[in-house]
Amino acid sequence: MDVNTKVLKKNAFRVTKQRGITASRIRVPGGHLEAKYLSMIQKIADTYGNGTVHITSRQGFEIPGIKYEDMPKVNELLQPIIEGLDINQEVPGQGYSAAGTRNVVACIGNKVCPYACYDTTKFAKRIEKAIFPNDLHFKIALTGCPNDCAKVRMHDFGIMGMTEPRYDRDRCVSCGACVKKCKKKSVAALKAVNYRVQRNEEKCIGCGECVLACPTAAWTRKQEKLYRLTIFGRTGKKNPRMGEDFIKWVDEDSIIKIILNTYDYVKKYIDPEAPGGKEHIGYIVDRTGFEEFKKWALKDVNLPSTAEICTPIYWKGIKY
Amino acid sequence: MGFSFSKEGINNVFKEWSKDYIIYAPKRIIGGGAFSDTDSIRYEKIDTVDEIEFNVKSTFSFKEILLPISQTLFFFTEDEVKEADGPKKGAIIFLRSCDLHAVKRLDEIYLRNGFEDYYYKRIREKGKFILIGCKSAFENCFCVDMNTNKIDAYDASLEPTENGYVMDNKCQDWEELLLNNSLSQDEVNPSYVTETKIHVNIPEGLSIDIAKSKMWDEYDSRCINCGRCNFVCPTCTCFTMQDIFYTDNGKVGERRRVHASCMVDGYTDVAGGSSYRKNNGQRMRFKVLHKIYDYKKRFGYHMCVGCGRCDDICPEYISFSNCINKLEDAIKEVNGNE
Repeated sequence: MDVNTKVLKKNAFRVTKQRGITASRIRVPGGHLEAKYLSMIQKIADTYGNGTVHITSRQGFEIPGIKYEDMPKVNELLQPIIEGLDINQEVPGQGYSAAGTRNVVACIGNKVCPYACYDTTKFAKRIEKAIFPNDLHFKIALTGCPNDCAKVRMHDFGIMGMTEPRYDRDRCVSCGACVKKCKKKSVAALKAVNYRVQRNEEKCIGCGECVLACPTAAWTRKQEKLYRLTIFGRTGKKNPRMGEDFIKWVDEDSIIKIILNTYDYVKKYIDPEAPGGKEHIGYIVDRTGFEEFKKWALKDVNLPSTAEICTPIYWKGIKY
Repeated sequence: MGFSFSKEGINNVFKEWSKDYIIYAPKRIIGGGAFSDTDSIRYEKIDTVDEIEFNVKSTFSFKEILLPISQTLFFFTEDEVKEADGPKKGAIIFLRSCDLHAVKRLDEIYLRNGFEDYYYKRIREKGKFILIGCKSAFENCFCVDMNTNKIDAYDASLEPTENGYVMDNKCQDWEELLLNNSLSQDEVNPSYVTETKIHVNIPEGLSIDIAKSKMWDEYDSRCINCGRCNFVCPTCTCFTMQDIFYTDNGKVGERRRVHASCMVDGYTDVAGGSSYRKNNGQRMRFKVLHKIYDYKKRFGYHMCVGCGRCDDICPEYISFSNCINKLEDAIKEVNGNE
């Protein structure tokens, strides 16, 4: 058997422990899809796989038990899924055009969840369109609120929804619900002064608990969608660590530009000897220094006036 | 007399009205809901007819216009008091039949319950009410059972039609203005609801013994005493007082009154630190019986107007109408216990 493993990996197939057998990986940006695609995935698994499907840790599907020679036929069956999920593709009919930049993960977001500050899938799809296909190893995740159900701090880029709460003092009845909720569930950024509520803007993390707790709509959400962007969290063998805050109260356009700028930075500074051409971005930043990364990342970015840049950043984590 | 209007015509009327009145109507506040990307329908000042949300029940009621959520009554210095200014203009308020019935309840408490409340009266006596007809009931409405589905005591009515708007006017002062801006004069009868999905049965044999029923216990754990049911209710009239001393000068300040809720902690606090009805079930009992039992004993008709906003807003899906419908069995329960 003669198979170019480098080519098949780029095509989102996998070299498995079982000789002659591969697995197909399906990306689902934002982790949400029309149910009709499930039957297409089932058909691939039943026809060319072993009849099982794995739900991956990055919200995709992995169909195991596929023979290498069946890859072109699998790619044919993948085509409606790739098109339906609006995945950028270089050659139609030939499967995924890259696999390095991983599926963009998102929690369920404000389609369903009361806490979420925005439509996570919609933003995830926007990011996917901007960055894919790409062979560089980028992991991006989005979560609706600071509860961080999507564990975005374990990713190269973590995007957390923030709500800037607006207070209409004339609608406040001093019931204390917001102050209590902020203290018990969040960061205690609110306090009652003269029967009204004062918000510590530096402390506030934009979780929106005050808005949810308010029975009179004295607290509402500012309409502009803003986010907390965390950078260079990672799993892995050498030095797993949590992502640190890079910019708070930042907008969507800036985040996309920063991610695209980071591709340029990685192309310039990635270790040419990196195994499989893959290196977690954080290790590159450790080499170049944070300031060099920042210079590249913020190039031509027009941050909104709300944005707060955290600098310098130091990461911790486990060192084996 | 009845009139029909084009959009331009009715907006001209609004423009004319706004010389003497602030026009308040249910308005869709985009993104104003508690959850992200959800709207809220609240009473706000409007200038044009397009701003009125005719199709959805408002989340909060009109009562905020007559009884502001937070209202400064007067300012004080060390030896002087200055009354807070009232609104310079009158108020034209767009509201539905149930809500106009609620105005009668507010008047009962603030104008006819022993003395006249000065601050209520000064807004109320310059108020005009424009009825929004209801073609069909909304979810949780039970106005028909509360006899609040129809009303004649409006100054005017307004309803959108396919081509424009129709109005029935009862205010003599407005006749000429309306005539000049209308397309035609026709007989107009405001729409009203004759059937609701939700029904309530308020049993006859209610007595104070109902307080002993176990039916209230389930609300101890279900209710979170947030008070939303009270704050959205068009007939809840409770307020509390706040004396504020300005922080830069602790010797001057203001007194204001703000809405209060019998479901929220602090409502029954008394001197000495005691409080009553600590269980949420007992607070529910107090509220429900006030709406459909003891208010009637005093004034001869039920306080509740069946708008269903309390059910619409409850984050714990507690239904006021469903609670009423448990009373019949509860009467049997407490009578059987004797």
